[in-house]
Amino acid sequence: MNINTTKIISLLFFIFSAFYLYTAYQIQVFAFDENAPFNARTFPIYLGYAGLFFSGLKIILPEPNTIKVDHKNLEYKKTAILIVIAIIYGATILKVGYFLTTSLFLFSSYYFLGERRWVLMFLLSFPFVAAFMYLLHGVLDIYLRDPFLKSIGVMG
Amino acid sequence: MIEGILIGLTTALTLQNILMVMVGCFFGTIIGMLPGLGPMTAIALMIPITYGFDPATGLILMAGVYYGAVFGGSTSSILLNAPGVPGTVATSFDGYPMAQQGKAGKALAIAAWSSFAGGTLSAIYLLFMAPSLSKVSLSFRSPDYFALMILGLTAIAAFSSKGQFLKAMMMVVLGLMLASVGQDSLSDITRFTFDNMNLTDGISFVLVVMATFAMSEALTIILKRNDPTSAAKQVSLTELGSIKINKEERTKMYKTIPRSSIIGFLIGVLPGAGATIASFLAYGMERNVVNDEEKEKFGKGSVNGLSAPETANNAACSGSFVPMLTLGIPGSGTTAVMLGALLGFGVQPGPRLYMTNPEIFWSIIMSMYIGMVILLILNLPLIPYIARILAVPKNYLIPLILFFSVTGIYVMSFNNFDIYLMIGIAVVATFLRLYDFPMPPLILAFVLGGLMEENLRRSLLLSNGSWEFLWDRALTACILLTTILIVIWHVYKTMFKKTKN
Repeated sequence: MNINTTKIISLLFFIFSAFYLYTAYQIQVFAFDENAPFNARTFPIYLGYAGLFFSGLKIILPEPNTIKVDHKNLEYKKTAILIVIAIIYGATILKVGYFLTTSLFLFSSYYFLGERRWVLMFLLSFPFVAAFMYLLHGVLDIYLRDPFLKSIGVMG
Repeated sequence: MIEGILIGLTTALTLQNILMVMVGCFFGTIIGMLPGLGPMTAIALMIPITYGFDPATGLILMAGVYYGAVFGGSTSSILLNAPGVPGTVATSFDGYPMAQQGKAGKALAIAAWSSFAGGTLSAIYLLFMAPSLSKVSLSFRSPDYFALMILGLTAIAAFSSKGQFLKAMMMVVLGLMLASVGQDSLSDITRFTFDNMNLTDGISFVLVVMATFAMSEALTIILKRNDPTSAAKQVSLTELGSIKINKEERTKMYKTIPRSSIIGFLIGVLPGAGATIASFLAYGMERNVVNDEEKEKFGKGSVNGLSAPETANNAACSGSFVPMLTLGIPGSGTTAVMLGALLGFGVQPGPRLYMTNPEIFWSIIMSMYIGMVILLILNLPLIPYIARILAVPKNYLIPLILFFSVTGIYVMSFNNFDIYLMIGIAVVATFLRLYDFPMPPLILAFVLGGLMEENLRRSLLLSNGSWEFLWDRALTACILLTTILIVIWHVYKTMFKKTKN
């Protein structure tokens, strides 16, 4: 049986809307607001029903233009690697600091995308981030916490 | 009024103020081009600098940054499909496809001329219509705003992509759901935070726009790298193309610019509406008024489709100054930041500003025109250089887009939770984009979510919980009727086309 992915997405959205609606009904409001014409849960409840309505229609109504995605031609591996690099970036930025994490994030991203021009890769990561950091920190006065640069005495 | 214009010209044409407009436009363009750093960030960064000047000069500098950043935002929309501000999302609909066809220079030139014309025309409208327009703004009430937002969201869903109305409406609802996360504006009750402190203040707009546009665009490019159809598209990106606009294109723009500037200006005047609704409505209207042949080109690099939102968003920028200066109510998030700065100067905006500080009121209006001229002079010769961003190989461009996205988010909050959230939203958005779920309706809904709830709250409380407020006032009823007509017309057109086929 050929299952239409758009319908599956609509079904997932239907389930998500049902969960959203359930959570909306659980929102705690003040006792005096309970029977008010509008309280903190009113708008989310309408949204939950709207989500159920539109996704329900999408599931029921016939699909005129079925979208076919050729999964064989999609680069899932490289995309997943970049996502993992971004997650590692998020996990290390506060501990290691902006300069080193961002430079390594850029350098490794170039590498995994197939780039092998090492000098250019280096120039567009470490010095590039240093210049950008100077613009933010030095010129625009946006404080960037950097334990690594602090440990080697570059930043105060 | 003549006296006011002369006062404005005398103030705006001093060497210092002309310099401020130039500096503002230049830095605004650069900052606006960086995905994630829009006019709000640019103006916020300028506030400490402006306190060294008198109020008129400070505001002139901020106004220059505003126009520059809006234009810069259009540039990143066209070249990278990464709008830094919601007002330039509609620009990417046709600007980016045009760039993909190797006409990046032309797209930027059309955007520059449309911005110039839109801004200039609206500065003229502002000059003549400011006093009476403030009365129109005052007559809008919460039910009208609520109806107007429904109209904006329905219009974008109806016109976002052919035959995808339900998908677009699902995205509208998703955008509104995302906007509902965090503290309720009136009662401070937290909603959908699941006891996570990082969600108490809600999800930031920049995070959502970066995730659904910049980051998901970068991920889509990698994902479709080996796709033969998209590979062809990427190759053509390296062709910069001419910045010359031919006669046929000029003719199209002559028709589009006046009507889009009027829409942009009128929407900009409405407090809270701003450049986003203006650009989407202008885009939708333009798609409606052009012939069927031209309509087919929308979303694929149409001149009208690019010129309309660009004209409207700049016209709305000027229009948004009207409620701020005459009523003290900001017309957009950016003018809200400017309003804060104005109060910092000790200037109280409102109907009395005309009388108490005429030099501020009129010099800002005059500086708008000067700003538009400077922006055009500055940007047209630089277009070939700006467009060279396209020549950057994908192996470098993709990580750099990701870099600007994550840095933009990190610099805003210094919190790694926001980075994780952005990655999560970007992954979902990439998947949805694969199956043609449009992202612009989600963005518009996200921006309007808070305002929509606020206006519905006021309307329902005033009408004691009754939905009669929707047809009690003629203006509200008219706006809703227009919404219904759009839906009926859209359904009819779809069914008619199907029968015809």
